[in-house]
Amino acid sequence: MTTVAAAESIDSIRAAIAAGERTATAVAESCLDRIAQADAQVHAFLSVDREFALAQARSIDERAAKGEELPVLAGVPIGIKDVLTLEGFPATAGSKILEGYRPPYTATAVRKLAEAGAVFPGKLNCDEFAMGSSNENSAYGPVHNPHALDRVPGGSSGGSAAAVAAGMVPATLGTDTGGSIRQPASFCGVVGVLPTYGRVSRYGLIAFASSLDRVGPFAGSVRDAATVLGVIAGQDPMDATSSPLPVPDYKADLDRGVKGMRIGVPAEYFAEGLDAEVRSAIEGGIEKLRAEGAEIKAISLPHTQYAIPAYYVIATAEASSNLARFDGVRYGFRAPKADTLAAMYRRTRDLGFGAEVKRRILLGTYVLSHGYYDAYYRKAQQVRRLLTEDFLKAFGEVDAIVTPTAPTPAFRIGEKADDPVSMYLADIYTVTASLAGICGVSVPCGKSREGLPIGMQILGRHFDEGTIFRVGRAVERLSA
Amino acid sequence: MTAWYTGAMPEAERVSLEDVRRVAELGYLELTPEEETRMQRDLNAILDYVAQLGELDTAEVAPMAQVSEVLAADAEVAPERLSVLREDAAGPCLDRERVMATAPETDGVFFKVPKVIER
Repeated sequence: MTTVAAAESIDSIRAAIAAGERTATAVAESCLDRIAQADAQVHAFLSVDREFALAQARSIDERAAKGEELPVLAGVPIGIKDVLTLEGFPATAGSKILEGYRPPYTATAVRKLAEAGAVFPGKLNCDEFAMGSSNENSAYGPVHNPHALDRVPGGSSGGSAAAVAAGMVPATLGTDTGGSIRQPASFCGVVGVLPTYGRVSRYGLIAFASSLDRVGPFAGSVRDAATVLGVIAGQDPMDATSSPLPVPDYKADLDRGVKGMRIGVPAEYFAEGLDAEVRSAIEGGIEKLRAEGAEIKAISLPHTQYAIPAYYVIATAEASSNLARFDGVRYGFRAPKADTLAAMYRRTRDLGFGAEVKRRILLGTYVLSHGYYDAYYRKAQQVRRLLTEDFLKAFGEVDAIVTPTAPTPAFRIGEKADDPVSMYLADIYTVTASLAGICGVSVPCGKSREGLPIGMQILGRHFDEGTIFRVGRAVERLSA
Repeated sequence: MTAWYTGAMPEAERVSLEDVRRVAELGYLELTPEEETRMQRDLNAILDYVAQLGELDTAEVAPMAQVSEVLAADAEVAPERLSVLREDAAGPCLDRERVMATAPETDGVFFKVPKVIER
């Protein structure tokens, strides 16, 4: 049973509103109706605010009526992952510990969308604090994959991917720390972008692992994803790691094709553990790129197998530090009936955090603790450099790298829930780009015999999103 | 070459129940006895997988904490591509009233907490 539906494209919504053929209010109403109809089965949204979305839409209609030139996302409904803040709206991060919290500020990426005319129907379900690969770690219940409701949508941005796949909204924002945009995009058959570290401000993103966290878009097409990235990218004084590099027009070269482009295929991503149907779909996609005139080169990224262990040391170490702020004092949930401050901290965190978050806090605290720092944390940071150098070397020979996004199509809900290491391996092809800070995109590239989507991951140099969009657009066109 | 995970039990127990309790204390987590046992099992499974990092000789490799370090070392990247620290100047900050409104317990000026006694 599926609830898949194609959402309208951003360009067609904006053009219809600008031409006066439709109102933004009508677009918002049809989006809210679709959510009401499909989300009982999918559970992509954690909160929907009909009145707010309709008020945003009305203001676009008023501007259109006055003949004002409409901004690039005028009247386009966009869903926001619940780890990003919008002033006065819930921001649970999928956790009980932030139940009832209404942040007093708005994330920069969300503010930029609003300024570009986007309409926000609501906030999207995700794994608690973006920790997970299946969305089963949400304290508010799992998201169901619109392509097969008994399967996971991937994670942690499962709601963001599923909402686009179910045709509820044309685009969403997600976040990616180790694969949390690309892997659910692959599982749900949509486009998901990991921008270069520093390309999009992290201000207003509830932090998981600050040296890895990124904000990026999901959309039904490469073109729409490029449009949204163009809006949210750019330097922000509120995030010191955001880059001053100018934001190019990501749509300028979209349809130039791949003729003459050098595309690398790393042997390590086609080794043991790769599902046969995924392999065949990705190899088929690569052959089509070759037929279009791309030069396909076999390359090696020799430290790939060490990426998951290095990632889980670095990400959990940073998480144990970032999540110390949730203590029941300044915001969110506080456990009742604690006599002392220390007891209040402990009880609040015990009741507020789910099992995976506790597991990662414990692991992160352990690898940073006395006697283990060098063996684990320092070692992982050294391996992070080796992994990054693998990519820098490869990008001397090729313009982009293509791989499977995930080793399998979407797995069943419950299938890996009791085995953390097996769950972590769902990110085996995505954590490498996270550690190296490079950009990537997952684009649909065929389906399994059972009709489950398969995604191709395209990786590019730091700040070279234009090239991966160009390859992605070719894959999209050739897979259609 | 991929050391694919087999789900096998680790040969030696890296993390004891005592370790779990110590780390939980450091992280301000209160675990039930069932949680302690499960976390011990999971941490051992994860650290057993992590142990393969030991196969790599990294004696000559500098640790990498941030991506910007690597871009800085790459001669092809122009200096303006690098993240630089902002000027250390005070700017506007959030309104106290709106911030205090999100607190579980407050008198409007301060956060209120249960009494603080030595642990």
